Amino acid sequence: MSKNNQTNNKGPDIGEVINEKDSKLRDQKYNEYVKNITPTHNCFLNCLKAFLVGGIICTIGQAFLNLYMNFGLEQETAAACNSITLIGISIILTGLNIYPSITKYGGAGAVVPITGFANGVVAPAMEYKTEGQVFGIGCKLFIIAGPVILYGIFSSWVLGWIYYILKLLKVV
Amino acid sequence: MSKTSKMHGKQTLLFANPPYVLGYAAIAGKKEGEGPLGSYFDLVNDDPFFGTKTWEEAESTMQTLACEYALKKAGLESKDIRYLFGGDLLGQLIATSFGIMSLQIPMFGIYGACSTMGEGISLAAMTIDGGFAEKTMAVTSSHFASAEKQFRFPLGYGNQRPYAATWTVTGSGAMVLGKTKTENAIDVVVKGITTGKVMDYGIKDSMNMGACMAPAAADVIYANLTELKRSPDYYDKIITGDLGTIGRDITIDIMKQKGFDISEQYMDCGIEVFDPTEQDTHAGGSGCGCSGITLNGYIIEMLRRKTWNRVLFIPTGALLSPTSFNEGQSVPGVAHGVIFETV
Repeated sequence: MSKNNQTNNKGPDIGEVINEKDSKLRDQKYNEYVKNITPTHNCFLNCLKAFLVGGIICTIGQAFLNLYMNFGLEQETAAACNSITLIGISIILTGLNIYPSITKYGGAGAVVPITGFANGVVAPAMEYKTEGQVFGIGCKLFIIAGPVILYGIFSSWVLGWIYYILKLLKVV
Repeated sequence: MSKTSKMHGKQTLLFANPPYVLGYAAIAGKKEGEGPLGSYFDLVNDDPFFGTKTWEEAESTMQTLACEYALKKAGLESKDIRYLFGGDLLGQLIATSFGIMSLQIPMFGIYGACSTMGEGISLAAMTIDGGFAEKTMAVTSSHFASAEKQFRFPLGYGNQRPYAATWTVTGSGAMVLGKTKTENAIDVVVKGITTGKVMDYGIKDSMNMGACMAPAAADVIYANLTELKRSPDYYDKIITGDLGTIGRDITIDIMKQKGFDISEQYMDCGIEVFDPTEQDTHAGGSGCGCSGITLNGYIIEMLRRKTWNRVLFIPTGALLSPTSFNEGQSVPGVAHGVIFETV
């Protein structure tokens, strides 16, 4: 496997790496060599799967939205109910250990929608339950979702300022 | 060096009175039991919690079981053992300290990441040959779930594992060594050891641990062969711990560059322990338990049957913590070579 890749990629071979006296250069060459021989996921195929899985999740969401609106809910209320439903389904699928398989297949297609966010909150809750309600679930609940919340709010604050300034300048 | 010296070169020892393998045991989880080596393990438990409430307690229970089985097979009790060398992957070695507490054996807690089995046996054998104990033992363990929890993500969190990633073995291996041959002992001795140095070739990808550890493994194999003036065919098998498919290719490549073709003898516990296509484990198995159960389940059995007579066993460890990784440090590797021979 390694030989084929090396001839294909023309990266440094292992001889160059171990004979390199300068340790920084050696590390750099070794990293290149490792990169050449390490198989990676097919990016195009991954994008296709993400598109498919993400699309299916959004279609399910749309179906619920239509359903709730058919029940006579306003669009905004129906959208909230829709989110709650998707979160609920994701939580149950996480508890049944099914959601990780969906993400394994769908990648970002299953991580980015609200269902992925719910999975990121429930998984630590299940894992750290053994460490107690406060120090376990309480402290660890947002170890995955925390950065998303923090930087989500931060970027909306920055965008808010930009919008405000553009408004003052009468651009928008 | 004088001819009578036990020391060879800078890293290698050959024991004057090679300690005997008195007992050995491998305890494994369900997935490992379903793997190609499943039938070689002393106990396979389908319950990932091993009857406890947490992953950490489960890992400790595996260590208790491994020690008890190894002692039983050696026909000994825990009071017969003078020193125990044990370690695992969890912070502050909790799997070991809680696991072996009930045995009440004087103990040294050691950390060599996934190379701990080799490090423990090295120290246990040196202690005996040095005249400090009649009988010693070494134990180690890893658990898929406790390792994921400490080093990666909660189990229920969905993500995609790269092809270079390895699967932490749920298992524990223990070995009892003795100065003299007992009734239960097998015809296998620890002939010598080659102790590894921390090697860092600047890889920062903790999901490609084979590449991180391969230089350390190759360094130990090279030291062993040159310091003992041996060619690879002296050994029936040269077996690394958990390099996986990528680490295997690199190690064989490095050794070839250094003038030794080890591809004939080479084997890797991580590659043997799982079936990558059936079990979806990607590059192979890893963790202290990977080399621990492969050694005490499969390799020692092959030596006992005299299918193999000389084995160089080199478990490999990736020296990282979540903190060092987040702080942008590279992932250095270490390896510990142990020579097993039949008598």
